[in-house]
Amino acid sequence: MRKSLLITALILGLVLVAAGCGPTADSEEMVVTYNVGTEPETLDPALMTGIPEFHMTLQLYEGLTRLDEDNHPQPACAESWDISDDMTEYTFYLRDDLKWSNGDPLTAADFEFAWKRAVDPEMGADYCYMFDLIEGATACYEGEGSPDDIGITVVDDQTIKVKLQSGAPYFLDLTSFPTYYPLHQETVKADNEGWHLKPETTIVNGPFKLEIREPGRLEYVPNENYWDADAVKLDRLIFTMVEDISTELTMFENGEVDMTHEVPGAEIPRLKEEMPDELNIFPYLGTYYYIFNCQRKPFDDVKVRKALTLAIDRKAICEEVTQGGELPAFAYLPPGITDVADGSDFREVGGNFYEENVEEAKSLLAEAGYPDGEGFPSFEILYNTHDMHKIIAEAIMEMWKTNLGITGVTLTNQEWGTYLDTRDEGNFDVARAGWIGDYVEPNSFLDMWKTGGGNNNSQWGDARYDEIITELVTLADPKDRMPLMHEQEEILMRDMPIMPVYYYTSPMMVNKKLKGYLYLTTGGLDFKTAYMDK
Amino acid sequence: MLRYLVQRVLYALLALLVVVTVTFLFMHAIPGGPFQREKALPEAVKKNIEARYKLDQPLHRQYLDYLSHLIRGDLGPSFKYRGQTVNDIIRERFPVSVELGTAAILIALLFGVPAGILAALHQNRFPDHVVMFFSTIGVAMPSFVIGTLLMYYLSYRWGLLPSSMWGSPKHVIMPAIALAGLPMAFIARLTRSSMLEVLGQDYMKTAVAKGLPRLRILWVHGIKNAIIPVITYLGPLVAGVLTGSFIVENIFAVPGLGKHFVTSIYNRDYTVILGVTVFYCVLLIGANLLVDLIYPLLDPRIQLGAGKEQV
Repeated sequence: MRKSLLITALILGLVLVAAGCGPTADSEEMVVTYNVGTEPETLDPALMTGIPEFHMTLQLYEGLTRLDEDNHPQPACAESWDISDDMTEYTFYLRDDLKWSNGDPLTAADFEFAWKRAVDPEMGADYCYMFDLIEGATACYEGEGSPDDIGITVVDDQTIKVKLQSGAPYFLDLTSFPTYYPLHQETVKADNEGWHLKPETTIVNGPFKLEIREPGRLEYVPNENYWDADAVKLDRLIFTMVEDISTELTMFENGEVDMTHEVPGAEIPRLKEEMPDELNIFPYLGTYYYIFNCQRKPFDDVKVRKALTLAIDRKAICEEVTQGGELPAFAYLPPGITDVADGSDFREVGGNFYEENVEEAKSLLAEAGYPDGEGFPSFEILYNTHDMHKIIAEAIMEMWKTNLGITGVTLTNQEWGTYLDTRDEGNFDVARAGWIGDYVEPNSFLDMWKTGGGNNNSQWGDARYDEIITELVTLADPKDRMPLMHEQEEILMRDMPIMPVYYYTSPMMVNKKLKGYLYLTTGGLDFKTAYMDK
Repeated sequence: MLRYLVQRVLYALLALLVVVTVTFLFMHAIPGGPFQREKALPEAVKKNIEARYKLDQPLHRQYLDYLSHLIRGDLGPSFKYRGQTVNDIIRERFPVSVELGTAAILIALLFGVPAGILAALHQNRFPDHVVMFFSTIGVAMPSFVIGTLLMYYLSYRWGLLPSSMWGSPKHVIMPAIALAGLPMAFIARLTRSSMLEVLGQDYMKTAVAKGLPRLRILWVHGIKNAIIPVITYLGPLVAGVLTGSFIVENIFAVPGLGKHFVTSIYNRDYTVILGVTVFYCVLLIGANLLVDLIYPLLDPRIQLGAGKEQV
């Protein structure tokens, strides 16, 4: 209610006047302000979990590798590495003269310290399981092993050797992840809890360093001790934390920020007209879908699930309901994941799995015993309270009614925490959900549907599917992995425990002059080489 | 007087204990928890986190533990903002809310009280109609509408003020006006009706009959008496406004305390929920006590602690 009124008021105003830009500050310094949209939960790389924090730390730190624009890991703190033939042993060679922002030398031991700290059970780090691949790490955070038995060896100040449980080519991706950043031992040991709250004790090794931290604002300046300091062009990088997306848009139109973290869906048609150069719709590695509770009638019948999936108009949902440039989904995995061959896309290789077809949906429903929706039990669509989820659910409900004759659908919204609880308990008929990949590999989307898995709320399971999950653990080569993961997606789309709706996108407003930044499909923004075009 | 104070403080402590207990129980009764994630955590990881924040202990232990820390003024660590304590959060945010709240209260008083007096003195004539018209709008129009309109004109169209965020006196103006809208209108109406009542009193007629100067009559006999209901309203208003407004803070991205009242519940950030509730309670009780102490200064008929003897 509040937001819709706000938007109405804003639109009302905007209709009255053609867009005019407010004052823009003219200064010698090259400054970029990005509204990241929320306060950081923490800037301790071991503890952080969210994408906003990922943005904030990506500029401050650097792991052994850093992702390039194609999400491929490139040498960063590590200049080079050797990988054993079975891909279980990685030896990283650090650059000469790596330094922390305060001038202290950065050595292999700083990596070892940070990694072992993250798997220390007493730290209670969410993402300690990011180290599962390393020998002995899991046992350590499970409280059953000692940190001394973890497969990390500091050979000398510039060499670190890692022993993996099983061969994995994506280990290089992991080493770019925040949980794998090195830490400045002295300051962290001095105040294990609060070192990252003050600029003085936030000693970093990335392109920028923290100068100001105050409520609602972070300011970074270039780190002159960064090994690639010459590549850094900005004089100042500012993160603001304005949550209200209408306010954020006003700020952008006023020239107060150079980049927004979101764009109000209702404004997108206007912005497409008025500011086409500033409106950017980035890909985003995620899928929006509905989960069927496969234990409950009538959703235990695959025909019912399929009928429902075929009877909605995804194009209409994307173009008329959400309007954020989302892409209709005819499979589970979003585009943007490289397949076996360089430059190929997992989605394109896999293709679409179904076409919307009301007639086929109707006959499937009739076969399941509900001709024209007759006798179809009433059920609930569960979603977490949010305007967007609500209008999507309303649209889908209407499509099922018009196309299949299914009436008696009710919508139930629950506040986030309650909704997660209900979903985890399996106490729903059909629930809205979304999944964003942690890393750019199909596995990040697929292994969650393991029978009985913690994230598998559909209560569905398939023996062959689980078998592949086990098989994948031992396979390192994409040539071996990809066909199996295609098979997994096929099984999933054959049984339809979920109904994909659309692939996420990430619309943002970006200052036309801002160039050289990297947008990663997992949601990261890298400002290392960003600059303002004069 | 002293006895009265001691009594009030004891009651306040009791009220606080009740509030903490009820909040604690309700909070744990809501489904979900602070470490529930969209992506389910491995069991061992969840256990580590719960152990770290002592959530693995029985509820009564957690409760007693909280109370013993509370007595020492320690509100505990935030579960969501890891590394920060609730004391840190309040220390960091409260000054912002005080700045905004003080500005809003000043605006409300400086415009509300004179407007109310003006309206009362010209009852049913033009100034009265104008004041009543605007105060009706002020009461009816929610702060987010005022805020959005202000932002649209003052910032977006005319470029006079920064649209949002915090840091300079310029940033205070729009959120303070948006926050002041309702109390200002309310104070104007309160002052008007109370002033009208006072104007009709016999002692006012006596004062006029005595031939006292009009301004003196108004000040000594009129306003000082008419202001008492406004002072009463000021108690809860101060507490409410000082702890911020979630909506206004959100629109103008003001990093105040108001946000934490709402988001801590979504986040199931137990210690923050309890901490800000306790903090608000103390403020409310303190402000009301202060108001009670001000009454006798304005009206000698009011005697603190003498309630029981009066018929």
